[in-house]
Amino acid sequence: MSGPVNRHPYHKAAWKKKRVFGRTAMFLLCLAFAVLFLLPTVLTITNSFMSESEIKSNYGMIFSTTSGGFVSKTVNLKFIPDRVTFSQYVTGLIKSPEYLLKLWNSILLVVPIVIGQVSVAAVAAYSFTRWRGKIRSGIFFFYVILMLMPYQVTLVPNYLVSEWLGLLNRPWAIILPGVFAPFSVFLLTKFMRRIPYSLIEAAKVDGAGEWEIFTRICLPQCRAALYSIAILVFIDYWNMVEQPLILLQDSDAQPLSVFLSQVNAGEIGLAFAMATVYMIPSLLLFLHGEEYLVEGIANQGSVKG
Amino acid sequence: MKRSREQRRIRLRDFLTSLCFLMPSLLGVGLFFILPFGVVVYYAMIDGVASKNFVFLDNFTRLFENAAFRMAARNTLKFSAMAVPLAVVLPICLALMLECRIPGKSQFRTFFLSPMMVPVASVVLIWQVLFNYNGTVNEFFMAFGAERIDWLQSDYSMIVVLLLFLWKNLGYNMILFMSGLANIPKDLLEAADVAGASETYKFFALKLRYLSPTVLFVTILSLISSFKVFREVYLLTGDYPYESLYMLQHFMNNTFRSLDYQKLSAAAVVMAIVMVALIALLFKIEDWFGKDVEG
Repeated sequence: MSGPVNRHPYHKAAWKKKRVFGRTAMFLLCLAFAVLFLLPTVLTITNSFMSESEIKSNYGMIFSTTSGGFVSKTVNLKFIPDRVTFSQYVTGLIKSPEYLLKLWNSILLVVPIVIGQVSVAAVAAYSFTRWRGKIRSGIFFFYVILMLMPYQVTLVPNYLVSEWLGLLNRPWAIILPGVFAPFSVFLLTKFMRRIPYSLIEAAKVDGAGEWEIFTRICLPQCRAALYSIAILVFIDYWNMVEQPLILLQDSDAQPLSVFLSQVNAGEIGLAFAMATVYMIPSLLLFLHGEEYLVEGIANQGSVKG
Repeated sequence: MKRSREQRRIRLRDFLTSLCFLMPSLLGVGLFFILPFGVVVYYAMIDGVASKNFVFLDNFTRLFENAAFRMAARNTLKFSAMAVPLAVVLPICLALMLECRIPGKSQFRTFFLSPMMVPVASVVLIWQVLFNYNGTVNEFFMAFGAERIDWLQSDYSMIVVLLLFLWKNLGYNMILFMSGLANIPKDLLEAADVAGASETYKFFALKLRYLSPTVLFVTILSLISSFKVFREVYLLTGDYPYESLYMLQHFMNNTFRSLDYQKLSAAAVVMAIVMVALIALLFKIEDWFGKDVEG
C-alpha cells in the first residue's frame, strides 16, 4: 500500500498554505495549554522564595484570621518575589524539626513499598509469563479486578487485617498492603510477555534452572520496565492521603502529604516552601526517567491480554 | 502410556514451580485483600461483631436509607459523570494536537505530563489562592463586572475540584492515547489519504476504531481516579467540605471514626459490586465497538 502518493501540483500550494496556518494555530494552542499546565507548579515554587511578610501582604486576606501588620485588601498572586530569600527553607528544614520529621515519615513509608512491591511483582510476573493455564489466567484476571478496586473497597479489608495483626497506627499498616498491591504485577507481566520466547528456550537447552532464567535473562531484559514501574508506584504512594488518614489516625507517623494540609494560617510561606520540598523527589525522578515513565504508561494500553 | 505419565510428571513439576514463583504475591494478596474481604462480606450480613446474628440484607437497606451515604453516592456519581467524559475526550484532543507537525513536541509532552508528578498536597495552596472569595479568579471575573463567588463554599465547588482533577490526570491519559495512535497501521492512513478522505472521516472511521481499547482503558482508569477525588477535596477543604463535595470516601472516613463495621462493610461490598458491574459493562461495550479491529 505504501507507494509514492501523487497529488496535483496546483493543489499543493494552496494546501500547503492552509497547512502552515493550521500548524501555527495548533502551536499557539499547545502553548496556551502548556502555560496552564505549568502555572500551578511554577507559582508554588516561586512563592516559596518569598519572605513571610511578603506572603502576608500578598495573601493575608485569604489565610490569616488574626491579621498583624499590613494586609492588602485584595489578593496579589505574584510570580516573582520582591526579594528572593531562602528563609522559609531554613525555618522548615533546620529550625523546626516537625516538617523534616514528616518528610522522613514519607520516605520511610514509600521507599519500602516501592522496593517491596516491585520485587514481589517481578517474581509473580515471571510466573504469569512462563506458565499459562486456566487457573493462572483466572488468578491474573482476579489481580486485574483487584487492581481496579477503589480505596472505598480495599481500605476496610486493610483496616481489619491491621487490627488483627496489631499494626494499626504503625507504618506497617500501610507498607504491607502496599507491597502486595497487584498493580506492578499486572504491568510487569505485560512487559515480560514481550521477551522473545527463544531466549528462554535457549537458556533452558543450556541447562539453566528457572531461577537462573529469571535472574540472568528475564530481569536484565526488563530493567527499563522495572524502573518505569518503580517511578509509577513511587508517585502513587508519595501522593497518598486516604491510607494514612484511616490507618495512621492518631500517629506521629503521618506523611508530609497529609500534614501539608494541616498547616495553620500563620505559616503559609513555610507551607509553600515545604510543598516545594515535597515536589522535588518526584520531579527529579520525572526529569531523569521521563522516557521510561512514558514507556511504562504507554504499555498499560488496555486491560485485556 | 509411559510417555503420557512422563508428560504428566513434567506438567505437575511446571505447575509447582510456577506456584513457587507466584507464592509470595499470592500469600500477600490472600492475607491482605481476599481473606479480609471475605470477612467484610460476612460482616455486611450480620447485625453486630459481638452478637453475630445473620440478618442478610438488613445492613444494605439501612445503608441505602442513610442520608449521608445517599448524598455521598450522589455527589460521587455526579462528579464521575462530569469528570470521566472530559478525562477521555480532552486527552484525545491533546494527543491529536501533538500528532501535528509542530515544533517543540516533546517539550509539550513533558509540560502536559508534569502535573502528574506533582503531589496534590503541594499545589492546593495555589488552588486556594485562585478560588478564594478574595482570590485571583474572582478578581479576574470582577474586572468583567461579574459577582464574587465563594467558590469552595458554593455549588460551583465541584468545578474547582474538577479543574484540579483534570489538571492532574490529563497528561497521563494523553500518553495512553498517543501510544494508541502510534499503533494504528501507517499504510491504512496512507490509503485513506490517497482515497482523499477528510481528516474528520479519518478520525472517526479509522483512528477512533483503533483507539477503542485505549478508550476503554482510559475510561476505567478515569473512573477509578474519579472515585479517588476525595484526596483533592480533603486537601482543599478538610474533613467537612461544602455539601456538594461530600464524597463516598468522606462517608467512609466518618464511619471509620465511629467504627460501625456493619455500615462500613456494607458500603465496601456495594462499591465492589458497582465497580465490577461497571467494568463488565465497559468490556461489553468495547467488545461490541471494536470487534473488527482486534487480533
